[in-house]
Amino acid sequence: MRNILFILYGIVIFSFSGCKYQNKNTKVPLAVSKIEGKQLSIEKSLTEDEEIKTFVAPYKDRIKDEMNKVLSYTPNTLSKFNGEYNTAIGNMMADALLEITNPVFHQRTGKNIDAVLLNHGGIRSSINRGDITTKTAYNIMPFENEAVVIELKGTQVLKMFEYLSKSEVAHPVAGMQLTLTEDNQIKTGRIQGKKVDLNKSYFIVTNDYLMDGGDHMNFFAIRESETYLDYKLRNVFIDYFKKHDTINPVRDERFIKQ
Amino acid sequence: MKRRDFIQKTAAAGIFTGIGGTALLSSSFASAEAKHITILHTNDVHSHIDPFPTSDDSYPGQGGVAKRYTLIKNIKKENPNALVLDAGDIFQGTPYFNFYGGELEFKLMSKLGYDAATIGNHDFDNGIGGLHAQLPNAKFNLLNANYDFSNTVLDGQIKPYQVFHKGGVKIGVFGVGIQLQGLVSKKMYKETVYHDPVNISQDIVKKLKETEKCDLVICLSHLGYSYESDKIDDLKLASQTKNIDLIIGGHSHTFLEKPTVTKNAEGKEVLVNQVGWAGIMLGRIDFYLDHANKVNGKGASILV
Repeated sequence: MRNILFILYGIVIFSFSGCKYQNKNTKVPLAVSKIEGKQLSIEKSLTEDEEIKTFVAPYKDRIKDEMNKVLSYTPNTLSKFNGEYNTAIGNMMADALLEITNPVFHQRTGKNIDAVLLNHGGIRSSINRGDITTKTAYNIMPFENEAVVIELKGTQVLKMFEYLSKSEVAHPVAGMQLTLTEDNQIKTGRIQGKKVDLNKSYFIVTNDYLMDGGDHMNFFAIRESETYLDYKLRNVFIDYFKKHDTINPVRDERFIKQ
Repeated sequence: MKRRDFIQKTAAAGIFTGIGGTALLSSSFASAEAKHITILHTNDVHSHIDPFPTSDDSYPGQGGVAKRYTLIKNIKKENPNALVLDAGDIFQGTPYFNFYGGELEFKLMSKLGYDAATIGNHDFDNGIGGLHAQLPNAKFNLLNANYDFSNTVLDGQIKPYQVFHKGGVKIGVFGVGIQLQGLVSKKMYKETVYHDPVNISQDIVKKLKETEKCDLVICLSHLGYSYESDKIDDLKLASQTKNIDLIIGGHSHTFLEKPTVTKNAEGKEVLVNQVGWAGIMLGRIDFYLDHANKVNGKGASILV
């Protein structure tokens, strides 16, 4: 013990001299002498911290309860790959958007929505046969995109038809009827059953992502107006499912190729 | 642990021999020794609070905030002089965000002892108002230097940088964010004005080095790791600036096998790191510092 104290005493003296030395050199900054870097994996085997788990539990349980709530029912599995130019799931989504948002738009503006356009890529999952829950709405629409009504001149509506004729996928539509010839030319294109009047304005409901040119929908850029409905697409579908205890959409003639 | 024992014993020896103040003794010893700072970091966690399901094809049972906390606590036991940082996109990706708007993400990061984070494009997903509403739940600062929030609700609430004092080392941390136009709806980011991150970074780093006298400078970036186009990214930022020691990146969800060592505008080495997304990984960078006259002319040795 005594020896150790002697050694420590020596170090203390040394440290004082070291201190003096440093005082003279206070401007000597710190510099990095060595760096080690690695990526640590949050492995399955790592123990979960109990405090955090307990804190999260009530938040988790509430989500689980809400997600598992049965809202509706479908006798058939609905997939976006089931159909060439229109699909049952896409038709359901477009019809739901029209049915749910038109009253909101009408109440705010006194006008009616003429047609719907969404994108095929935006159908984020299939709907399995059986119960439709809140989770279903999250699966098909995990993003926060919201409904927006765009006012397009007839000339731009024709641009929209042209886009659809070239896209070769089943973008969900409603309120319109489009028939393509064998070589993808527009044979007929109608809005609300009528030919497009080039001088008239049409109200198309879509989402903010597509309005901003998502999926190359550049025709939305030249618009007369836009009306945000403050309605997320996911909530549109949730409200549609709540309104219909069974959904059984089908493929139809709204967008076809001869 | 060893070092602390040693300081305690020498301090006791100081009293025993009646030489003088213990504080002076321990501080002189501390500064004479090499200093060790541990930086822990995440990016693009995207509301992944729970681990991935064990049935997941890609990341079975991996990730999760509760496991991340266990790891952080273990590392902090080993070295309490640690900073925990995040490079943005904290929000969006699970129903936790849809239901609670980011409340739980911020509360948990506060519990985990996060020291700072920067803002990612998805952190605007409930609008700038949505982000503003959640700020009281964050016991750490959101740092960004290249968004001008003057004409928004966030005016005065986002600092460009923050200086941390850890174990006798001054660490300057600043944040840079990606061009929002075309990526986020204007309706969401409102009057936020984006500025070129390179010029801003140079100004901030100069301030951190010359005015704040920082020993280490860390950039939290949500620019993305690397683009083939001339769009600014972490590697370009590293090569066009100087005096940054570490760029912690995000946005591109890049899983780097190990941190990238690249050269800055002066030809000195800079570390760029990113750990994928969803809280599957935790980045760990250990800095050892000495007084400059003790460091050899070659600069730091880097082991990655």
